[in-house]
Parts: sequence; C-alpha cells; structure tokens
Amino acid sequence: MPAFAAKIALGLLATAAVVAPAAAEWKPVKPVEFVVASGAGGGTDQFARLIQSIIQKHELMPVNMIVTNKGGGAGTEAFVYGKLAGADPHKLVFGTNNEWLLPLVTKSGYQPDDLRPVAAMAVDEFLLWTHKDAPYKDAAAFVAAAKEKPLQVGGSQSKDTDQILSKKIEYATDAKFTYIPFKSGGEAATQLAGAHIEANFNNPQENVGQWKGGQVRPLCVFSPQRMSYDQKVTADMSWADIPTCKEAGITVEQYQMPRTVWLNAKATDEQAAYYAGVMAKVRETQEWKEWLARTSQTDRFVTGQAFADQVKKEQAEARTLFEKAGWLVTN
Amino acid sequence: MFDNVPLLLHGFEIALSWHHVALMIGGVLLGILVGVLPGLGAPNGVTLLLPLTFSMDPVSAIILLTSMYWGALFGGSTTSILFNIPGEPSSVATTFDGHPMAKNGQATEALTYAFMSAGFGAMVGVIVITLLSSAVADFALKFSSPEFFAVYLLAFASFVGLGGGNPFKTIVSLTLGLAFATVGQDTISGSLRLTFGFDELLRGISFLVAVIGLFGLGELVLTMEEGLRFNAVASRISPKKVFQTIAKMPRYWFALLRGSLIGVWMGVTPGGPTAASFMSYGVARRFSRRSANFGKGEPEGVVAPETADHAAGSSAMLPMLALGIPGSATAAVMLGGLMIWGLTPGPTLFVERPDFVWGLIASMYLGNVVAVVLVLATVPLFAAILRIPFAVVAPLIVSVCFIGVWTVASAEFDLWLVLAFGVIGYLFKKLEYPIAPLVLAMVLGDKAEDAFRQSMLMSGGSLGVFFSNPLAGTLTAIALILLAWPIVAMILGRRRASAAAVAAAHVERSPS
Repeated sequence: MPAFAAKIALGLLATAAVVAPAAAEWKPVKPVEFVVASGAGGGTDQFARLIQSIIQKHELMPVNMIVTNKGGGAGTEAFVYGKLAGADPHKLVFGTNNEWLLPLVTKSGYQPDDLRPVAAMAVDEFLLWTHKDAPYKDAAAFVAAAKEKPLQVGGSQSKDTDQILSKKIEYATDAKFTYIPFKSGGEAATQLAGAHIEANFNNPQENVGQWKGGQVRPLCVFSPQRMSYDQKVTADMSWADIPTCKEAGITVEQYQMPRTVWLNAKATDEQAAYYAGVMAKVRETQEWKEWLARTSQTDRFVTGQAFADQVKKEQAEARTLFEKAGWLVTN
Repeated sequence: MFDNVPLLLHGFEIALSWHHVALMIGGVLLGILVGVLPGLGAPNGVTLLLPLTFSMDPVSAIILLTSMYWGALFGGSTTSILFNIPGEPSSVATTFDGHPMAKNGQATEALTYAFMSAGFGAMVGVIVITLLSSAVADFALKFSSPEFFAVYLLAFASFVGLGGGNPFKTIVSLTLGLAFATVGQDTISGSLRLTFGFDELLRGISFLVAVIGLFGLGELVLTMEEGLRFNAVASRISPKKVFQTIAKMPRYWFALLRGSLIGVWMGVTPGGPTAASFMSYGVARRFSRRSANFGKGEPEGVVAPETADHAAGSSAMLPMLALGIPGSATAAVMLGGLMIWGLTPGPTLFVERPDFVWGLIASMYLGNVVAVVLVLATVPLFAAILRIPFAVVAPLIVSVCFIGVWTVASAEFDLWLVLAFGVIGYLFKKLEYPIAPLVLAMVLGDKAEDAFRQSMLMSGGSLGVFFSNPLAGTLTAIALILLAWPIVAMILGRRRASAAAVAAAHVERSPS
C-alpha cells in the first residue's frame, strides 16, 4: 500500500514537472478569429477552415474559433484587419505569400512588418500547363515558340503569383507572353481547357480535373525536385512523372506558394510560440496529411526566426523583379 | 439523349432514402430561414453548414447543401415581395411587380405566383441537365472573354433598350451603378480604384448592402411618408386563395416558357441567375400584351423573373460540376466543399462518381418539389405578417436589414453605407429615377468590364474580336439590335406617323 501511494506521489510529481512550464505558457482566453485573406471557397479559405475543423476535432485549443472571410483587394483587407487588431492576440490571419507581395504592388494601407509571421504550413506547387492539342511536346518547345512571337497565357488576378511567374520566365528565357488576368485559377483552367489561351501556371488542384479529363497536360513543375505523389492521375502519368522545369531547360528553378499564418506585430514571443505549437500539432494529424495529398501540396513547416528570414529573403527578390517590371509602388 | 435515364433512376434510388428525404426537408427549412433574413442569404448559410458536412458522405452532404440553396432562393423571393428587400441578388427583379402586388393587397397571390413559377423554372433547368449534360458541358467550354462580354451586353441591352421611362434618367442611374461597381481592386491591373485611401473601401461596395439600402430602407421611408401603413391590411388570407392562384397559372404559359428558355440559356452559358431574371423581366415587359401594367403589380412581372431565376440557378449546377466554374458565390462555396469531401469537379466527375452526380441531380428534382410544397404551406403565414400594424413591423424590418448588412462582411462601415443607400433610394423614388439600371450595373458591371478588357488583351485592342466567331458575333449582333430597338421603333413610328399624315393630307385635298 505505501508503495502504491509512493507511486502515486511520484506520478503526481512527474505530472507536475511536465505541467509546470505549460501553466506559465500563454493561452487564448476568448474565441479566436481566423481571418481569411480570400473569399469563401478559395484555397486559402479551405486552408483556414480545415485547420479550424482539425483543432476542433482534436481539441487542440481551449477556446472556440470563428472564421471570417476578408478577401477584398486580393486579401489586402484581411491583412489591414490584422494590423488594426493591435495587441489583441485572438486574431490569426491566414494567407499565402501575398502578405509580403501585395504592399509592393498596390497602395494597400499596411506594411509587411505590421504582422508577425507565425508559421508557413505547406507549399503549393506551380506547373506549366498547356492544351492537349497544343503543338508543344515539352517545356523547351513551349519556350522556343514564345520567343518567336508572344504567347497568350492566363492566370488568377493581376500582379499576383501567376503573373509574377510569367515575368520570371520572361526574364530567365527571353520568352514573351501576353498575360490575361482572370478572377480565379478555376477560370484560367476552363479557358485553357477550351483552348482560348496557350498556357496557364495553375496549382495542381486548380487543373487536376481538366488533366484527368484529358483536356490539358502538364509540361513541367517549378520545383527543385519532382513532386512526391506517385499514384497515377491519368492512365499513364502521376504527379511524380512530371519533369521539373529546370530539367526541361527553364532556369526558374523554384517557384512555390507557402500557406501562411500571421499575428499582429505587437504579439509577444509566447503568443506566437503558442500558435506555432498548435499548428505543429495540426500538421501531425491524419486529416492534414490527407488534405495535402488530395490537393497535391508539398509538406513544409517553417516557424519562428527561420520563417521571418524566409519572408525577408523572398521579399527582397520580389522587389528586384517588380522594379524591373515597373510594378513597384511606395506605400 | 436518353442514355442518362437509367443513371437518373439509379440516382433516385440513392436520393429517395428516408435519411436523404429528411436531410432535404431540414435543408429546405433552414434555407427558407436564411433566405428570409436579407444579407444572410444562401452563400453565408452554406458556408455556415459546410463544416458540419465534413463528417458526412459526399452524397448526403451535397443533398443537404443544395436543399438549403433551394430553400434560400425561395426565401429570398418572400422578402422581395413582402418588404421590397431582395434576399438574393437574383430576386431583385421580383420586387418590381411583386412588391406592388403585395401593397395592393395581393400578397398571397404574388407569393404563390413566385413559388409556382420558380418551381416550374427549376424543373425545366433540371430536365435540361438530365437530357443534355454532356452537350451542355462542351458548349460551355466554347465561352471565352469575348463571348462572356457579348452575353453581359445582351443582358444589359435587353433590360435597358427595352425599358420605358426617361432614357437620360436611365443612363444616370446606370452609370452611377457602374461607378459603384468600380470601387475596390481591379482584376485586370491589380490596382485599387476609387478607394480614396479608405481601408474600408478595399472590399468594394457590396451589392447586397446597396440593395438592402436602396430597396428596403428606401421603401420604408416612403411608406412612412405615405402614412405609416401597408395597404395590404384589407387583404383576406385564406389557403383557398393559394389554390385559386395555382389554378390561374396556366394562363401565363407563354411567360413561363420564355422565362425558362432565357434562364436555361443564361445558366448554361453561364451568365448567371441574376442576369437571367433581369433579362426575362425586361423581355416580358417589352413584349407582353399587358406591358402598360408592369411595375404596378402585374402577375406576369413576377412570373417572368422568378421562372428565369430558378431555371438558371438549377441549370448552372451543370457547368459547376462538369467544368469546375462556380456560377455564383454559393456555387463557389459548394465547390470548396466538393474538394474537402475528396471530389474533383471537372469533366471526369460524371465518369468517376456517377452515384454522386446522379444522386445530386435526382435530389434536385425531389428537393424542388419538397421546397415548393413547403414554401406554399408558409404563404398564409408570411402574408399574415403584412396584417401586423406597420408601426410594429417597421422597426423589426430595420433591425433585420442591419443584421443582414452586418453578416455580409461583419463591418461597421457597411452599416453607415446602407443608411446612405437608403437615402439614395428615397431620392431616386421621389425624383423618379429608376433604381433597376443601377442595380443591374452593380451586378454585371465589373464582370462585363473584366470580360471586355480581357478580350482587348487577347485581340491586341481590336473590337473585331466580338465578331471573330459565329457564337460571339451572333450574341453581339442581337445585343446591338436590342440596344438600338427604341431608336428603330421611334424612327419606324415617326415614318408611319408621317406617312399617315401625308395620306391624311392627301385625303383632305382630294375632294377639292
């Protein structure tokens, strides 16, 4: 009996030892608002709502969450809202790399530094897609044709990720494009399926339906190595069978879009660390892994200083490119 | 063409389980509720329900969401008719004659006409989907920016060109609407327009905020001025009237048919339900034998837009499933849902998951029947609201309006904006400026602008692109003819008049 009591005491001690630092940790005390930098139904919206449902299901936070969509100005609205939140640590903003790209090209009412990076949770790949009957058998042939005369390419929004990529390819290869901005990647996918444009740079999820249906085909992926999903998508190809654009001779080695989570810049280290911890647990769940596989996104998890450094680096690169393209504005 | 029938029958087997019928009834009732609250509307309702569906199987999930969508569409017509507040963009055109009917004491009739024709339109839309699914999907792929612009131009032209009233006032209202639609980020250049440095204007001016102000609040102020009462108090409410009105439906067979055709066409192309309802109303007003009565409470003015709205709403599901293009905000949310359930919208969905697609189509037949029966049962209830003294109802309407505006974007600024639109709506009515062109311009203005500028990028600045293929060329030509119609009619009229005058003069002179 005494032995048993001692065990309990030991057990309690051990628990106390584990719990003690956790008790000092910051925790949200009221419902957390998930502010989404896109309209309902978009990629960023799915990202935020999936995380909400995972947190709810596995009880990873002691409070409720409310998702609000603020997609105005290509997401600017959400970041401005995050900036105006001030020191309130109960507002998380969900976006992509648009957080640090938007202020460079539009008068947007916030600076990238107004928000504090919490975590980058996955990266979405970009591919070069063309119509099934297009004469280009590979990416090299496509670029060669675009050097002869400008080709019409389409993408989602203006001066956003798709058009930035088209500029990068132009500068890297001397190809020439006429870029036509559509409202969404879905529209760009349909326009390509109907052969109204020559190519688009859609994310896997945006074009997979048309690929399966044999209306479009991928030429290359803008990633340092091939994608990892080797389950057949069409009769004879999987995502892993698509060559990288570097292999195909386009010197844009890497172009990916991170899915990101932000707090107001006034948030403390503990607060940022708390949310980064929650997101790390989200990333471990089966639901998260299934979502990545289903949408063919690449797993990558960056937090803290590493993420902040990455933001700085990518922003500097973007600034150089935008300067060359004549897109820069001062905020 | 009839290859699809066995598939559909299999779909009915899936949809006709107790579980699914219960989901349909629940979904429709929820939908009516969110539809009746202006601003909450179908997109928000579906978004709220979406997380609940993650644990369901995809067929049950889509049945619940689409049933809610039908319910919300019907609910939206209810508030359009009773309070002049369109719950959905596509039910704006229903207010033009629906609300005057309610004010004349014919609320029961107006609601019954609206629901019956909506049900009819939806049925036609679903039948088209069933019979023509593959052909329609191929046809929709032919549409690029020039064709889209031609479709929008057609919608504008049929509404504006065929409308009566002072053309200059129409132009003022139209251009004001275009200016409001411009606010916010421009798709083509990516820059911000007309935001004047206000962060609040970043998201643009929400169409729903404008409509709730212009119609709802504007109408309230007018009613107050006219003496704080609804004229509907005298109306007798009996379920019998519902059946009497249903019996009168066949009288409007032509309007039903024409509305369905316009609706299906706009749903498939895809111009969307809002454009369809405006176009159908415009065409009906121009070519109806009772066109003088339009705007004063003409049943045909309710039948025409409602039929087209629902025919477009249901036939628009096809491009969504087969191509992955969302035709509306609600469809966009549902598309997101499809992906979370693990389905890929696109041409292969029909092949890979026939149980899902045909289960959904079968549920559209059943869901609409369920919805019509349920909403017809609510008619006496809703019509009775008008018998409550205005002094009690009015504050309720105001608070419902503000709640609706708040749910659009949870923004305080919108509450002020809706007040401003209320004042504009009142002034427009007083000065006899038409509100409809402003609303139409706000809905279609930025889409038409995007399509036009995308076409210009594609063609290198040549207007010839709108005649570059038979499809775009035909659409553009019809639009231009409709646009020029008033001028042509005027010239023809004058020539006829002068010919008559000459003839008259000749007759006068001849005896001498």
